[in-house]
Amino acid sequence: MADATPRTETEDFQRLARDELPRLYAIARKLVGDDAEDAVQDCLLKAFERFEQLDDPKAGPAWLARVLVNCCHDRGRRRARRPQEVELDTVDDFSLYRKIAREDPFPYSDTLHLDFLGEFGTEDVREVLLRLPGHYRIPLVLVHMYGYPTDEVADIVDVPQGTVLARLHRGRKLFERKLWDYAEEHGILERGRR
Amino acid sequence: MTMIGCDEAIRRLWEYLDGTVEGPDLERLEHHLERCRRCCAELEFTEELRRFMRESAPEEVPPDVMARLNATLEELRDR
Repeated sequence: MADATPRTETEDFQRLARDELPRLYAIARKLVGDDAEDAVQDCLLKAFERFEQLDDPKAGPAWLARVLVNCCHDRGRRRARRPQEVELDTVDDFSLYRKIAREDPFPYSDTLHLDFLGEFGTEDVREVLLRLPGHYRIPLVLVHMYGYPTDEVADIVDVPQGTVLARLHRGRKLFERKLWDYAEEHGILERGRR
Repeated sequence: MTMIGCDEAIRRLWEYLDGTVEGPDLERLEHHLERCRRCCAELEFTEELRRFMRESAPEEVPPDVMARLNATLEELRDR
């Protein structure tokens, strides 16, 4: 059977995907952790199959991100760890700033809040993100880490922009709360008190 | 103008930094921030949190992973 994708399209796809690989991998690490490589592999194969559906070459990077997010979503549904239960009723009023000020984990510091954040490495942040339910994690990662506008995220996850904004609102508060929980569990607060 | 308290103000700080608080809500929030040092400090911390998230974004692609992903792309040529 003849190749359905002409050689030039294959090369166009390879060029687009090669340029985007670092960003795709970084996003996937934040969304599915150790499954990132598999998610990007899924994305490359699925996107190649559908490449002829891409009308505007300028939309290529966002289109690839959309395919990737769907692949991550599928993987997350199948086998990612279950996000921890969260009392959503109380999270809207959580303030990490106030929690740090009240608990004072770095009693000898003049820059208490910055010191708290300074204790988190990239891997810690990834772990915290993976504790959030996917529908909060995805907009948080795309908007605040990779600079996607909220209307583009709405397109990527296929929900109205208002829903993205609402999920961002709650996702950010959840992220604050989970940073604190993670610090408690991993001895970050104890280190500061020494 | 109706005044807002600290709880209401801190609930909206992220949105304020997004530029999505508008009209009377914006006026009330800014009025509060002009008078409340603690909420101003919290606003600065929220800005730090945003920076913290941006700076946590980069992830290095391990060379072996990059090699396998590139190999997948090369194989597409022959499909």
